[in-house]
Parts: sequence; structure tokens; C-alpha cells
Amino acid sequence: MRTIRIGSGAGYSGDRIEPAVELAEKGDIHYLSFECLAERTIAIAQQAKLNDPSKGYDPLLAERMRAVLGPCHAKGIKILTNMGAANPAAAAAMIQGVARELGLTGLKIAAVAGDDVLDELKKGGYSITESGEPVASLAGKLVSANAYLGIAPLVEALRNGADIVVTGRVADPALFLAPLVHEFGWAMDDWDKLGKGTAVGHLLECAGQVTGGYFADPGPKTVEGLARLGFPIAEVGEDGSFVITKVQGSGGAVTESTCKEQLLYEIHDPAAYYTPDVVADFSKITVRQAGPDRVAVTGASGRPRPDDLKVSVGYIDGYIGEGQISYAGPNAVARGRLALSIVAERLKSTNVATSELRFDLIGVDSIHGPALAARHPEPYEVRARIAGRTDSMKEAVRIGNEVETLYTNGPASGGGAFKSARQVVAMLSALMPRGKVVPTIQYVEV
Amino acid sequence: MILRDIAHSRTGDKGDISNISVIAFDPKDYPAIARSVTAEKVKALFKGIVHGEVKRYEIPSLGALNFVMQRALGGGVTRSLALDAHGKCLSSAILELDIDEK
Repeated sequence: MRTIRIGSGAGYSGDRIEPAVELAEKGDIHYLSFECLAERTIAIAQQAKLNDPSKGYDPLLAERMRAVLGPCHAKGIKILTNMGAANPAAAAAMIQGVARELGLTGLKIAAVAGDDVLDELKKGGYSITESGEPVASLAGKLVSANAYLGIAPLVEALRNGADIVVTGRVADPALFLAPLVHEFGWAMDDWDKLGKGTAVGHLLECAGQVTGGYFADPGPKTVEGLARLGFPIAEVGEDGSFVITKVQGSGGAVTESTCKEQLLYEIHDPAAYYTPDVVADFSKITVRQAGPDRVAVTGASGRPRPDDLKVSVGYIDGYIGEGQISYAGPNAVARGRLALSIVAERLKSTNVATSELRFDLIGVDSIHGPALAARHPEPYEVRARIAGRTDSMKEAVRIGNEVETLYTNGPASGGGAFKSARQVVAMLSALMPRGKVVPTIQYVEV
Repeated sequence: MILRDIAHSRTGDKGDISNISVIAFDPKDYPAIARSVTAEKVKALFKGIVHGEVKRYEIPSLGALNFVMQRALGGGVTRSLALDAHGKCLSSAILELDIDEK
């Protein structure tokens, strides 16, 4: 049976670059996909594009392409990525520039857009999924609205001979499913195959998270060579059966356990994983160790795709001010608590306007609160942390200032104070009929 | 015995919803885990953190449970004031649950 090997070159925007180079050079792969677009990243990219129309794509795009284009071109490996973020056309131009710089020729680059639906969303009639409120309730604060595109424009680009496909918002698994549909000629309504291909995408999209990254716990879950963690490869058959593996000799591990953890990562109902292309069913999946660092995955399936597309909506949600300071040695916890109570009183007495405040003792209760922390002994050192939500940058700055002033106005021996204030771009979602979303493809060549 | 002795776990986030998988190292321990780790127990464990419904899904073919917890991430990953805005550390907390050995 014919098989296709797809590598995953990145699991998020800031991911390590070396493992993708290793995949391109030694992975014996046909495709290399990079998933780099977290929910909020596209809203921040949209703001960058508003400031400079030639920007708005992933900040590491040039660096990643410079690292992998050479070996990919030499071996005929095709690249798919959502690093186009808010500006796929500018990203394609940037890739074209990098290819020229490297002296490469004979490359066709496709820029897939059409995911930006901000104008349509503003026309009215849409509501926010999380709150049920009309989108108009965010008027003036809206930054971006991007529909999750499916595989159709990606498959079309590959059919038209694209060597590199760069997109904005597409469903993460689409970057892996599209090459399979293109290569095997699976029908766009072969729900069973699309469900299987979506399982491939879901397992690969976070890169190192299926090869031992985010998994190690010394003792019960020891992972060898984590510093040299290799990124995953899916070896997929025409019938949708597949094996997850990695480059021989790279660090990490592909085991039944690493695959199970990643299968359920960010899954709600395992029988209904919604994507623009299929409602995938992972509820009857089985995994089997088929060799060292080789796990066979079977039993995924799918049902007809949903009528509506999910839209990721970015909006300005005020400001967050924060400050931190450390205490160590005997009685550190008591001094930390004193610091928190002093800042609480000062923020109140100086009328710092906040809509929400949070007081943490890092090392004690900052992650899961006091109830779970009470089961454990006191630490040697703690870090007091205060964070608050405000309507203006000016008020946000005042929160960190009241932490920093603990140096000379707070408990004994406070050290390492830090403060920050930032604008918050938050994300909500909406649903849009798929007919309202029209993908576009532009090609550039080198 | 605590859950960590027989199972592993991973947390995922979407908006204000957190999901936590609980996966048996050895499939023969799955029935005991399924008996012991109920949605009610998880909801009680995360009192003060998770403010909405906790729903449990069973995936026997993987020897795994999946808990989906509403209003669990301080109003949403992108706006939370929490140090661990994604709730990534929740998976370690669930492994402290006591397991009924009967």
C-alpha cells in the first residue's frame, strides 16, 4: 500500500527550529507542516498589520524558512504552514525573498487568505458563542475576526503545483489532512477517511508533544534525550491507517502513552471533534506499539462536517498590571503574606481603579489556591505576586509600582522585584454560515 | 494509593474551558480509575478554581477518562490574571486524588 510521510516542524509560534531541520534532512518525509498560530496570535498580528501593511505574519517566518528551505527544496519536500497569520500574501513575498537569498529556483508559493471576516461579522446578526451577547456589544473594541478555513483551498493549491502553502487561520489539522486528501484523492465527503486524517493532524499539530515533550516526569515517566527532542512523523497509508514515529537517533520517545496523552489534548467530547472538514470521532481509537518509537493508531472515524464555521474574534479587553517580589529563609511565607496585605491596602487607599485583583504567593498557592496547597509543607522561598485588571494603562502601571516600592516600604529582605503593564487582546468566538466565507489563493514563483 | 501511582494526565485549554485526561498506565487499572475518579470528585477537588460544570467522558479503548470543566480558566486563557493562565498545571493536581483500592 502506498504511504505518505508527513513531518511536524513546529507546535507553536516560538517553537524550536532545529528539530524541523532534522526532519527535512533525515526524516525521509514528503511534507513538512508548521502549526504556529495560537488563538490570540492572529489578533496581535492584525494589530501589527494595521501599523504596517507589509507586516502581520509570524515574526519567526524568515528564520524558519532560512533554516529549512534548502533541504526541503533539495529533497522535494512540500511545506504547509499557517505562519501567514493576518497577512499570508506578505508572508509569501517574504518566503520568495528568502528563497532568492538562498539561490533557490523553481518554487511555487501559494498564499491562502479569505479567513478575515471582520467586515461580515460587523454587519450584524452574529452573536458571541461564550456569552450569547450580540457582536455589537464589542463595538469599538473589535480587533480581528478570522474564520477557521478547511482543507479545500490548501488541496487546490497543492493540485496547482504549489511547493509551499502559507495560510492565515485554518483549522490546525488541515495542515496535515490537506496533503493526504491531495495525495490519495480522498473525496471531500469521505467522512471516515477525513476523520482518520484529522486524527493524524491532531496528533502531529503540537509537534514535540507526541514525541515525549510535555510528558516527562522523572521516575514514572522518564524520557531519554529530551534536550534533543525529535519532532514527529506520521506514516499514513491510503486507507487512513497510520503510524506515528520520529527520526531515528533523535531524542524523546513515541510510545502508546505519549500518543494517548496527545490524542486527548484539547479534546472535549472525544466522539465529536469539530473541524471545518469533518466531525471526527476519536472515541474508539486504539494505539499499539509496533516497534521502537513506532505507534500504530487505528479506529478513528468521522461524520458529516458542520454547516457553520467557527470564527475567532479578537478584542481589546482593558489592561493588566502586575508586580512580583521574592522573600527567602526563615519566615519567608509570613513576610510574603505581609507584602500582599500591604499592597492590597495601598491600592485601596490610593484609589487605584481595578475591576479584578489577584494576590498570589508563588511557591505556596499561586497555581491552585490555598486548599490544595494546605496538604504540603512550607517552602524555603516565596514570591509575592499581585495582578489586576484596569481600564487604562496608567492605572495598570500603578499596580506594579506598589509592588516595587515594597523594597523600601515593605517587609524585611524583599528582593528581585519585577513589574509589568500590558494591553490585553482577548479572544471570543462566533459561528458563521460557511457560504459567507470565501477562501482565496494567490501564487508567487521563484 | 493516589492516582499518580497508576495513571498519567494532560491538560488542554480552549477559552474558559479546561480538559484533563486521566490515562491508566496499565489498562487493567482502568476499571478502578473509572470507579474512583468521578466528575463529582474532580469538581470537589477543584473547588474555588473550576466554577462551572464538570463532565466526564469515558474512552475505554484508551483506558482513559476525559474531564471537561466549564468556567475553569479565570474567565479565559487570553484574559486571565492567573500565573498559569492556561491551567496547564491542573493535570498534576488531579494525580493527587486518592484511589479506592477495593
